[in-house]
Amino acid sequence: MNTSPTKSSALDRPSEVAVQATGLVKVFGDNRAVDGIDLDIRRGEIYGVLGPNGAGKTTVLKMLATLLPMDGGRASVFGVDVRDDPHLIRQLIGVTGQYASVDENLTARENLWLFGRLLGLGSGQARSRALELLDQFGLQEAANRPISAFSGGMRRRLDLAASLITRPPLIFLDEPTTGLDPRTRGQMWDTIRGLVADGCTVLLTTQYLDEADQLADRIAVIDRGRMVAEGTPDHLKESVGSSSLHLQVTDRERMTDAAGLVERVLESTPVLTPEAGGITAALTSADRTADVLIALRDADISVSSVAVHKPTLDEVFLAITGRATDDETDRDQELEVAR
Amino acid sequence: MTTMTTETTRVHPATSDPAEGLQRHLSLGTTISHTFTMAWRALKKMRRNPEQFMDVTLQPLLFTAMFAYVFGGAISGDVSDYLPSLIPGVLAMGALTACMATGVQLREDMDKGVFDRFRAMPIARIAPLAGPMVADLVRYALAGTLTFAAGIAMGYRPGGGVFGSVAAIALVMVCGWSMAWIFTWVGTWARSASSVQGISMMFLFPLTFLSNAFVPADTLPDWLHAFVNVNPVSHVVSAARSLANDGALSGEVGWSLLTCAIVVAIFAPLSVRSYKRSM
Repeated sequence: MNTSPTKSSALDRPSEVAVQATGLVKVFGDNRAVDGIDLDIRRGEIYGVLGPNGAGKTTVLKMLATLLPMDGGRASVFGVDVRDDPHLIRQLIGVTGQYASVDENLTARENLWLFGRLLGLGSGQARSRALELLDQFGLQEAANRPISAFSGGMRRRLDLAASLITRPPLIFLDEPTTGLDPRTRGQMWDTIRGLVADGCTVLLTTQYLDEADQLADRIAVIDRGRMVAEGTPDHLKESVGSSSLHLQVTDRERMTDAAGLVERVLESTPVLTPEAGGITAALTSADRTADVLIALRDADISVSSVAVHKPTLDEVFLAITGRATDDETDRDQELEVAR
Repeated sequence: MTTMTTETTRVHPATSDPAEGLQRHLSLGTTISHTFTMAWRALKKMRRNPEQFMDVTLQPLLFTAMFAYVFGGAISGDVSDYLPSLIPGVLAMGALTACMATGVQLREDMDKGVFDRFRAMPIARIAPLAGPMVADLVRYALAGTLTFAAGIAMGYRPGGGVFGSVAAIALVMVCGWSMAWIFTWVGTWARSASSVQGISMMFLFPLTFLSNAFVPADTLPDWLHAFVNVNPVSHVVSAARSLANDGALSGEVGWSLLTCAIVVAIFAPLSVRSYKRSM
């Protein structure tokens, strides 16, 4: 361990960089889980790492959070080397894992008190910080309940609260909304945006394209341990196209009329699948769906089903890598529909 | 859910350097404070899972009665004559069993998500291991007290009086705590809680039964006698006997404490190293 003071290289350290990593490698047996990933995350941004299960997202995050040793490459957080100074890194980061990392045997309040004490707060300070966070995360009523009685969303919120006790400047969020219902998901998103408003930098991993789109300033798409694309959400979506509207007309006789209406409202030519009474058209905005439905009702055309599909992670992958993800993405689509 | 945006100033203004003013080293005071915070956690856990006390409550009562009535007549001719040599033996055995549970529970604990958080926090690496061990002193004290209570109920009158008995329990607590580092070390690398249990049993049975805890060592064949004499458990049992029965601080106490110090000096660093590497 080097004994020079932390700020020795302040002048040549670009202060706008939060995380810098080059050539990160992690090998498990014969599997190169992370195979040469470079990251360059600026201060104050939300950086999304998008990829299917097993792509290496969590492994990257664990290496940066000092939870896993690196097998290759270098990384630094605010200019501090991850490999050389893990103890310093741990003072700069808050980590919220995929599975809530809070103590099942304690109540919400006791959990936050415990972590506060371990992070150097006095007993009274830790108590008031715990109350503050419980309040901020809407958990005050459940404060004295054991965690085992908590719902998934409540656990996840408590988990995030526990990561924010000492207001670390960099927060790692590992799939913060996987398995949450849409409402809780939205709340989580608001909280994450709030962190950035405070000047925090957030690195989040996700399997959901729309989550990355909603939150991230920049997105890295990773697959099989390698980065396959990086850019703003808009940049990524351009490569996939916008969402689309799928309609099924009850009375097939009226297909042509319906298609004409859709074309007029959306100003784009729909694709027809007459056998099933299906009409598919590109949407510039999901709001236009209502206009289409109103026009159809006015024309007395009844529809048996309506669906709006956003581009899925699968489609992004297809566009970027020319092949589908190895993973089943049914779950993603279910959530898209549920929203 | 409200957010922190209500604060007029940002928590992390872009002009500040987050890496400034970090603590490079943990002081001894902080390490001790972390350990006690972890001990608090372990005590809370014990209170909420009282079944964890089964081994330190039932076992001393059961073993004291069982060994006294089964072996008493054969070994000492009489139950009450056997008690003075049996009680310190059961005392040592109780502490050893209790410290095996320390390792098993650590393994269980380490598989939980909360340990990921402990690992990612700037806390003393020894605290998550040493904390539960400090809390386990409560278990050793309970086992020791109950063993004496069972003995006294059966007619045991310790010659060392209250002081001798308390000293014997205290000695066994220190030894239990030190030996627990071995099982903690096993806990940091074994694959599962049940494998910790299996591995620990392998150590535990020969150590307790191939000692002078339950039978006078001079009745054993020479080769076994030699092992019994070097077995640290024998030293602890002899030391506890002299404390409880004669109120005497024999040389065995010194040997026991020296052994404990050696065990801690070897296994505490090994455990921390292995804990740092795990996961």
